Amino acid sequence: MDAINVEKLTKKFDGFTAVDELSFNVGTGELFGLLGPNGAGKTTTINMLSTLLKKTSGQALVAGHDIAKARDSVRKSIGIVFQETALDGRLTGRENLEFHAMMYGMGKAERRARIDEVLRLVDLEEKASTLAEKYSGGMKRRLEIARGLVHRPKVLFLDEPTLGLDAQTRRHIWDYIRKLNREGAVTIILTTHYMEEADTLCGRVAIMDHGKFVALDTPARLKDLLGGDVVSLEVEGNTAALEEALRGLDWIKKIKVYEDVFSLTMERGERRIPELIQTAQGLGVMVNCVRHRKPSLEDVFLHFTGRSIREENAGQRGRS
Amino acid sequence: MAISATAIYVLWLRELKRIMRAKSRIVGALAMPLFFLAFLGLGFKRMAVPGMPGGVEYIKFLVPGIIGMALLFSSTLAGLSVLWDKEFGFLKEIMVTPVSRVSIVLGRIAGGTTTAMGQGTLILIISIIGGFRPRGMVSLVLAYVFMILISTAFLGLGLIFASRMKDVQGFGIIMNFVIFPIFFLSGSLYPLSNLPVYLRVLTYVDPLTYGLDGLRGALIGVSVFPIGFDLFVMSVVSLVMVLLGAYFFEKSESV
Repeated sequence: MDAINVEKLTKKFDGFTAVDELSFNVGTGELFGLLGPNGAGKTTTINMLSTLLKKTSGQALVAGHDIAKARDSVRKSIGIVFQETALDGRLTGRENLEFHAMMYGMGKAERRARIDEVLRLVDLEEKASTLAEKYSGGMKRRLEIARGLVHRPKVLFLDEPTLGLDAQTRRHIWDYIRKLNREGAVTIILTTHYMEEADTLCGRVAIMDHGKFVALDTPARLKDLLGGDVVSLEVEGNTAALEEALRGLDWIKKIKVYEDVFSLTMERGERRIPELIQTAQGLGVMVNCVRHRKPSLEDVFLHFTGRSIREENAGQRGRS
Repeated sequence: MAISATAIYVLWLRELKRIMRAKSRIVGALAMPLFFLAFLGLGFKRMAVPGMPGGVEYIKFLVPGIIGMALLFSSTLAGLSVLWDKEFGFLKEIMVTPVSRVSIVLGRIAGGTTTAMGQGTLILIISIIGGFRPRGMVSLVLAYVFMILISTAFLGLGLIFASRMKDVQGFGIIMNFVIFPIFFLSGSLYPLSNLPVYLRVLTYVDPLTYGLDGLRGALIGVSVFPIGFDLFVMSVVSLVMVLLGAYFFEKSESV
């Protein structure tokens, strides 16, 4: 059974369509990413799937339960870490988890054991008796991840889990997320507007823009869609002869020449570099510099939307 | 919709822990009613306030009024505290749990009523130290019944407003245009018979009027209406308020 089935899910706010007939499936145990700029509809999608927001139309099953007809069954099967902190600062870390466990009806013995377990998982055992308002941003996020897991959900939603955290803390959070997905066989749906995050963590990524998916596949295959890596050569000598020779090579998909720089698109570029250098040297052309770059999801986003995700984020704030 | 006792308990416990950890909130909530009690009580001590039922002293008349005031403010704010949970995101954490909305409302009412009753009790104790004497044990029990009814009614009112509002921006408007009129028109500070007729009509639609009248009847033995009538009106009002509060809370979206 799939962890999530979504069929033409739609959400409209006063005529504005935030999520537009979305359809997708997520298999059990997957780590699935929703990547897109702020305002793309990621959080709205998560809020509908977690029953916090009522859908306008369409259908969705989470862990086999209908999000409209069986809200309590959905709620029992999911854990969620919200984009903004949702802790009670006047309660300690442990009390926040206790509150959560009791709301899910867990018995005392089970509760104690499980809370210790999740605290250990996120390395917060020693801080458990500190008021949550005294926690750092990274600690708050870890506590929330622990809380999302207390009641052993089948599906865990992480809405921008590393938003506003520094690079080192971000990496730590990534480690925890990977660990969860590996050990617990919990299905994870993660939203992010960080390309590296989607790329390194997710098995499959859906690129979302204006409430729709513009692409959905593994990060590797999404990047392959662009035709492969970019290798650029900075050369000296007979560039015209080199260009002709390179055009004769069928594994080069795209050639762009800017004066003495060749920009070449190809698959597995790192394996082709020696051959490129040999070709140039065979023609007496000197290679001064070689650059090799794997395409990023940023390039994929650019390819599908014609815009860069970064400028989107800079130029637009609001509902996401 | 199943009612979960555990959920009600843990919501109640949270409310209590929060208030016990915010000592300044307790002091702040007690200060205003105690100032009213002290300064009005002393200031009008030698003055003959016209229209006093049964010719009681003003200070005796005032004590139940101030208890009612503390209950009104404390419980309305407890109902409105949903908005603070919304502001700090914690409401989402509550709403995403598989607990029926009815249980959530009941938990909040249990917590808010407990804190309001705590405040009312403290004011009563301070008044007793200052020389106020309730009529006896039975009347004290009856007084507590009225105190609980007042608390739940205005918790319900707070919940209705909290569910209809998006954020805490409208807080001041509710305080000034809802809570203060309810307070002044309830006869907490003076006998309502002193008001002109056109205002007196408003006092009859103010639920706190009946709550206070009953509280006075229980504590000092004088009331405008028969105490059974007060009890009936307050019971109906708090039931309706709680049901409406639960209804609007259920309908509201938490994000």
